[in-house]
Amino acid sequence: MDMYIQPEYEVVRREDRCIACRVCERQCANLVHSFDPETGKMQADDSKCVNCHRCVCLCPTHALKIVKSDDTYRQNANWDGQTINEVYKQANAGGVLLSSMGNPKPFPVFWDKMLVNASQVTNPPIDPLREPMETQLYLGKRTVKIERDERGRIKNTLPPQLKLSAPIMFSAMSYGSISYNAHEALARAAEELGIYYNTGEGGLHKDFYKYGKNTIVQVASGRFGVFKDYLETAAAIEIKMGQGAKPGIGGHLPGAKISADVSETRMIPEGVDAISPAPHHDIYSIEDLRQLVYSLKEATEYKKPVIVKIAAVHNVAAIASGIARSGADIIAIDGYRGGTGAAPTRIRDNVGIPVELALAEVDARLREEGIRDEVSIVVGGSVRSSADVVKAIALGADACYIGTAALLALGCHLCRTCHEGKCNWGIATQRPDLVKRLNPDIGYKRLVNLVTAWNHEIQEMMGGMGINSVEALRGNRLMLRGIGLTDTELRILGIKYAGESL
Amino acid sequence: MRYVIIGNSAAGVAAAEGIRSRDKSGEIVMISEEKFPAYGRPLISYYLLGATDRAHMDYRPSDFYEKNGITLRLGVRAEKIDPVGHTVLLSDGSEIGYDRLLAATGSRSFVPPAEGLSEVKAKFTFMTLADALALEKALSKKKEVLIVGAGLIGLKCMEGILGRVKKVTVIDMADRVLSSILDEKGSQIVQRQLEARGVRFVLSDSVVRFEEGRAKLKSGGEIAFDLLVMAVGVRPNIELVKEAGGKTDRGIVTDEGMRTSLPDVYAAGDCTESSDIASGKRRILALLPNAYRQGYCAGENMAGGDARFGDAMPLNAIGFFGSHILTAGAYEGESFITGEGDTYRRFFVKDGVLKGFILIGAPERAGIYTALVRERRSLSEVDFEMLKTEPRLSAFSAEERKKALAAEV
Amino acid sequence: MKRIYVNEKWCLGCHLCEYECAFAATGLSDMAKALKGKRIAPKIRVEDCGDIHFAVNCRHCKDALCVKSCISGALSKGEDGVVRIDRDKCVGCLTCVLVCPYGAIMPAPDGHAAQKCQLCTDNTCGVPNCVAHCPNNAIVFEER
Repeated sequence: MDMYIQPEYEVVRREDRCIACRVCERQCANLVHSFDPETGKMQADDSKCVNCHRCVCLCPTHALKIVKSDDTYRQNANWDGQTINEVYKQANAGGVLLSSMGNPKPFPVFWDKMLVNASQVTNPPIDPLREPMETQLYLGKRTVKIERDERGRIKNTLPPQLKLSAPIMFSAMSYGSISYNAHEALARAAEELGIYYNTGEGGLHKDFYKYGKNTIVQVASGRFGVFKDYLETAAAIEIKMGQGAKPGIGGHLPGAKISADVSETRMIPEGVDAISPAPHHDIYSIEDLRQLVYSLKEATEYKKPVIVKIAAVHNVAAIASGIARSGADIIAIDGYRGGTGAAPTRIRDNVGIPVELALAEVDARLREEGIRDEVSIVVGGSVRSSADVVKAIALGADACYIGTAALLALGCHLCRTCHEGKCNWGIATQRPDLVKRLNPDIGYKRLVNLVTAWNHEIQEMMGGMGINSVEALRGNRLMLRGIGLTDTELRILGIKYAGESL
Repeated sequence: MRYVIIGNSAAGVAAAEGIRSRDKSGEIVMISEEKFPAYGRPLISYYLLGATDRAHMDYRPSDFYEKNGITLRLGVRAEKIDPVGHTVLLSDGSEIGYDRLLAATGSRSFVPPAEGLSEVKAKFTFMTLADALALEKALSKKKEVLIVGAGLIGLKCMEGILGRVKKVTVIDMADRVLSSILDEKGSQIVQRQLEARGVRFVLSDSVVRFEEGRAKLKSGGEIAFDLLVMAVGVRPNIELVKEAGGKTDRGIVTDEGMRTSLPDVYAAGDCTESSDIASGKRRILALLPNAYRQGYCAGENMAGGDARFGDAMPLNAIGFFGSHILTAGAYEGESFITGEGDTYRRFFVKDGVLKGFILIGAPERAGIYTALVRERRSLSEVDFEMLKTEPRLSAFSAEERKKALAAEV
Repeated sequence: MKRIYVNEKWCLGCHLCEYECAFAATGLSDMAKALKGKRIAPKIRVEDCGDIHFAVNCRHCKDALCVKSCISGALSKGEDGVVRIDRDKCVGCLTCVLVCPYGAIMPAPDGHAAQKCQLCTDNTCGVPNCVAHCPNNAIVFEER
């Protein structure tokens, strides 16, 4: 018999408020709630609760709350409850532990250890409501040779660029890992906002080709759904070398999630597991990467920027330098807190490095080598707010990818059980009855609201610094000061300590 | 333009509303033999029962006539139509000219001749508010009532007075109650329910002779009574049109636009015949919904429209002491029965179409069935198995539901 | 006129609309107080059929058969297009139930009258409460 593991959460129902409408029961895919006709009351099976808050949000009388169980094992600072439970689970089942979303461990969050400057007296702040404040920007190579035609006019040799209305894009989330409706919401929001969403490695559903102008398509190690039209439809192509949540390993979408629609989109048989190998089997060097970059450019007549996405790992600066020399137009760096639909727990929680440090290193290295203009830098992996975006840009990023924040806008409550495929919010599931819970008409507006709000905040913060464009903030590390950081951390981030003058 | 409407019940009021939907200014004159502004005729039993009162019986708000510019002439009877001169002679001797005329003359209680009937002093019919008020005056807890006729009128009258008299006996020549709208099983259920409330039924029998407070029966028995209600049936008032030369059969004959054979003369309501789309036969459908729709259609056409009312069918919603019996259409073809106890549903299917139904104790959403009968929708388009136990829109295709629920209807 | 329209595709069958309807009718400010221990009799009803769910309430038909068939004049169509019932006039004969093609008018729980959706014009909600609280835009209140 399996070791009994006490449920992590308890459903608390206020009997004086519960009207037994059974909405909680109908809305819980985990079958936590049930109605007892004998007593006329609702019951809950705490062991099934993942704390997704769907029932809490929909309960019309607010009779529900979910609390963390106060049941504890004997206190132990080394062997905490979760660690013990994980051992029990593995001893029960004998398998690799799976987790979803980003690394939850209490590693330092460097965004929260950097403070932003503001203008006082000697240089005026700018009021973004009264004066121009530019958040529009372009991503792509900036290295142009001045060439003239026979009549002496300057030729346009600018490589292809992505135009963004705000320094924010939706990061790669595949159709399969998230639902059709989630994809539709992201696509429509990107279109309305004038930014981009990213297909992830699952191909592009035929219904969404119409959003191609705002779509970045991914080419990953599994090459799912990659064909001529897919590449041609997109605004840009992203080669996925790695992912922050699970650097060094591939992906595995179970056959159960390969529905007819997913199968058609991914171009693989229905019901068969979709395996993304850990490496691209044709890439073992920067030279190999260059071949793929140029193959994709050739295939799309050099009209589309190519992005190379890597996980933030120990030698990220050197790797980025290689990528910048491979012909890629944009480097995307994904930090270790980036989300995932499913990853082995040990990988997610122990592999990779913080994106803040990776970004600072990469930006510095590319500058040192004089190739910073060869590429734009996009960072992701837990960009949680507009403040994180501002700090990222000041550290040297051109723009940010947001994934988890976008999903939160769509209703995700970070219950971290995406890998179970029973997302009560209709996001990380392919079950039709659950998918329909996410109405893209609502979802896309919430995404638009989120990015619009962040953009306003970015303008406010830039205005405070006396800076009137994102371009002028980029790499402006003088606008940042560290707090609670070691000398090494300050050195890597390239910033001074709070209170230190120039 | 002057519109004259003879009759001030559902069809007449509907005609006025139909006219006003197209013509806001023409003169409308309504003539009624009754002394009351329009009231819901079927409410008279509810009135006696105490389920409504005089103040709430008005068919339209008190400002209806004024707001619609209607001249109401109550207490006068239309005696004669002159279709050539376009005039109507009234019982007060006056004459009124019309450009368009509607005969919404309704029907009257039919009292068959019977020996000794004329000697019975306390005898009543049950059609109009005046009938009900007269009956009410005579009611008392000491009196025993004999109702002749176990049809819709007789039984509604019974419901209205049962609690206000000592005893009610209902006699009918037929072998069961509500024989015009129920099958045998349905009649049994209703009879059983009413007997449990103390009503006495004498069926398959008739009165051969009335003698001082007693009705002598064909079977040889006799029933003592203090009050007699004759509820044998009704006859349409077709004479006015017939005598003017208009075509009549059992009722006044009209086309689907409610035009009679006389120029500029229309007819609507209980006095007319309709083509029953369920049975395909021409018959008198003396039912309020029918009367209203005919009247409205007539009104529109009187005001120059080209409306048609082509989907008349039997529809009955009746009930006693909180029970509900809903029926519609024709009882032809194969039948399907569901329900248990006092819940009884019977559906009649012919040529792949629902022709009619009987619902006892299961009124919810019955209109879904009615629409199937009215639209003559092929049952192959719906999940009839589902419908047999519960009327649901789920039984229709998503496309049909979209038309019904996601579009203006 | 603005009507309630059903987007069947988005209906989750949560039945919240039914409770919001019943709540709106109470005029109270706290749903728990209003509905605790009560059996609700909403004027909007959700049909569940496997994975198909949709809500049905009065369509406020242009040519409303219920109004035309009402024996007491209790049903009327206002100038705003809303079909209303005067429950004091209604005697509960259910002729309206017999003729409504959508099954959207129903006996009231007290048995003395019929009841129907009046688009929350008979309470202080302002907009139909079912629509205001539908979590997935499966019912909308709009001009079409």
